[in-house]
Amino acid sequence: MSPRTFTQVGTRPIRHDGVDKVTGRANYGADFTLPGMLHGAVLRSPYAHARIVSIDTTAAEAAPGVKAVITGADIPETNAKLMLGEGAIDLHDVGDNLLAHGKALYNGHAVAAVAAVTADAARSAAALIKVVYEVLEPVLSVDRAMAADAPILHDNMATKGQPGANGPSNLASRMELKRGDLTRGFADADVVVEREFRTATVHQGYIEPHACVARYGEDGRAIVWCSTQGPFAVRDQCAAILSMDPANIKVIPSEIGGGFGGKIVVYLEPLAIMLSRKAQRPVKMVMTRDEVFRATGPTSGTKIRMKIGAKKDGTIVAADGSLYYEAGAYRGSPAGAGMMCALAPYRIPNFLIEAFDIVVNKPKVAAYRAPGSPMASFAVESVLDEIARQLKTDPIDLRLKNAASEGDLAPYGPPYGPIGLKDILEAARKHPHWTSPLGKNQGRGIACGFWFNAGMNSSASVTLNMDGSAAVVTGNPDIGGTRVAQALMVAEELGIPVERVRPGVADTDSSGFTDVTGGSRVCYATGMAVIKAAEDVREQLKARAATIWKVDPSAVGWEDGRATPPAGTEKAEPLSVADLAAKLSHTGGPIIGRASLYAPMAGPAFGAHICDLEVDPETGRSRVVRYTAFQDVGKAVHPSFVEGQIQGGVAQGIGWALNEEYVYDRNGIMENAGFLDYRMPVASDLPMIETVVLEVANPLHPYGVRGVGEVPIVPPLAAVANAMRDATGLRFTELPLSPPRVLAALEREHEPVGAGTGAGQGGRR
Amino acid sequence: MATLHVPGGLREFTGGVATVQLDATRVSDALEQLARLYPSLAPHIADMAVAVDGEIYTQPGYQPLSPSIEVHLLPRIAGG
Repeated sequence: MSPRTFTQVGTRPIRHDGVDKVTGRANYGADFTLPGMLHGAVLRSPYAHARIVSIDTTAAEAAPGVKAVITGADIPETNAKLMLGEGAIDLHDVGDNLLAHGKALYNGHAVAAVAAVTADAARSAAALIKVVYEVLEPVLSVDRAMAADAPILHDNMATKGQPGANGPSNLASRMELKRGDLTRGFADADVVVEREFRTATVHQGYIEPHACVARYGEDGRAIVWCSTQGPFAVRDQCAAILSMDPANIKVIPSEIGGGFGGKIVVYLEPLAIMLSRKAQRPVKMVMTRDEVFRATGPTSGTKIRMKIGAKKDGTIVAADGSLYYEAGAYRGSPAGAGMMCALAPYRIPNFLIEAFDIVVNKPKVAAYRAPGSPMASFAVESVLDEIARQLKTDPIDLRLKNAASEGDLAPYGPPYGPIGLKDILEAARKHPHWTSPLGKNQGRGIACGFWFNAGMNSSASVTLNMDGSAAVVTGNPDIGGTRVAQALMVAEELGIPVERVRPGVADTDSSGFTDVTGGSRVCYATGMAVIKAAEDVREQLKARAATIWKVDPSAVGWEDGRATPPAGTEKAEPLSVADLAAKLSHTGGPIIGRASLYAPMAGPAFGAHICDLEVDPETGRSRVVRYTAFQDVGKAVHPSFVEGQIQGGVAQGIGWALNEEYVYDRNGIMENAGFLDYRMPVASDLPMIETVVLEVANPLHPYGVRGVGEVPIVPPLAAVANAMRDATGLRFTELPLSPPRVLAALEREHEPVGAGTGAGQGGRR
Repeated sequence: MATLHVPGGLREFTGGVATVQLDATRVSDALEQLARLYPSLAPHIADMAVAVDGEIYTQPGYQPLSPSIEVHLLPRIAGG
């Protein structure tokens, strides 16, 4: 790709939606109200695994203020599937997850819903619904799920990908990737390290709870206002689950207070539509934080065995891993993605990675920022840290020696195009952080991470106003600053100030079909649509200039935001966008540019993170004292939001590493369903996270954009654990590294916490 | 002829065959030919993503295939 000089892309203008957000004027999911609106409440299973013998809604229906009650019987069961962005979803499972049909499969599984004149009345009425349960043994771990005598969650589920498997089984699927000769590879190794790792079930932790309002009209049409990562995904899921024509559903997205993958699948919207249909009034539903934890998508708890062999010179010659991922109550964990990501940063000639998708009695997992990759990376990067120690080599050198580069085959098959892994590792090695001194009780760790980044369907339109300002509209809710990024692209293409481009997020009737805001795809795929739409406007403007100059349109040029006449044209001066916009009525009327496209996956992106951790030997509490994240982003359209995405991913990864976990009692009841007990890091827990952004252009995008948002959550788990190893001399293989776990290990080992024991951390020697 | 690479985990359904040469002009034709060659593989490739000369498509049906192109099957990935 020839280097392009940008005038606006790469600058840091204030986001157009910023003032509304910091002043509280922006409208989120729970902010919407309608006249005559009812409030919905959901009755949820108190048991983790139970057969539903009967449901009696009589008392609830007779309660004061109640206008509608629904149960699983109101959702028709289907075996259909729906393409939802990157994969097909099983509508049977989504429907059964919305309201249980025969079994409650986790604590918090929705069983019935009520609409009443107030939220209190709805909740009180829900409590009057009599459900008779036959309580079953809960299955709470992959080990128990795969035991021969384990209770079976789904009588009709057989194992996919395993010849001869007839089921029933809790093992939903088995996958594997392999290359070369594993036996020969390990025979060639001078050092072999094998460990078993575990990570806890953790939640995306978006601050805004799920919320929606639905109005079902007499004409059979429904309008849904909701907080979602994908209005079209909500529309199509609701239509398929409720057997409605998608043309009869309009979804209007609100601002969104975080999603991270968890606001793609529907939880409330179909219930609100059904309740509204029954009650003939609008219905609002807002989850409590307790419901968000118990009933919406965490990501998988995992068990991972990882064995890696290397030669004395650091060349990795073989890897053998088994990844066991909890899917929650229905099939569909990100085990396959974990399998493909685990070894992606490295060139390894012989490997076998197998992945198991296993159902357990926990909420069905949902996508969470680079789904599946952080856990697999935790295992691989921890083992590499041990290998570096055994070989007494610098852990960055070890990674550099084996780092994949352009032309190397990814473990999942195809060769890599231009990638920046070596560049970021070189940058990390040269960065002052790597060689800075450590204090007492501190340790340092490094880890790499990988994510694919998605493409898929995107649409955009750009309209030009008569005053030369413009508007850009897409169907992607703005989670990470995509509005201002899209405005920058339009400004760049048209040569107008970014402040004169108004970016908007449209509803499903007002935008061309667009896949979800997810998969790190918006700046890449929707960005391409925006650029093409702006180019469309520019071409139309050139044609208008040709009309004015009475020349052939193909002879009109474009330079510095102005149409330029062909040489020799009489009385013709270059015309700016504002000049041409002022004459639109005289040259043919308004101009709208549009583009729709399907983009291949964005091109792989890599990160490398350095973490300094300080451990209190008295309490086991640890604190990240310095953190630097290096990432190849392709092209940073708005660097502040690129850095913000990286910092956000790191913060979530640190929480995953240090404190976050679903705590269950023996009956499968979640014991910490609130932010007081589910300990997410807050600003005061973290240092300023330094970012180093590298730009190795992605040839699939006109500016070189790769996608940013997911990679940064991948390395922190191992970076933190490797720093803990450096600080304490102890290799922790189970997350989170919460104070009780660390203190217990310190006491068990009776090892002093030293001032950076640092064996093998060549960067500090 | 396009070269289609069968992932390791699915080679149990192809009798260990790792690559298949297919005379196909688009991905959907290649997958149909593959399913005819190995019928027990058919249900397992229906939901897969496809890399065409390194570019990954989650809905690849009509992506054109030129001669000597490399095609890889891989599980679909859901992003967050």
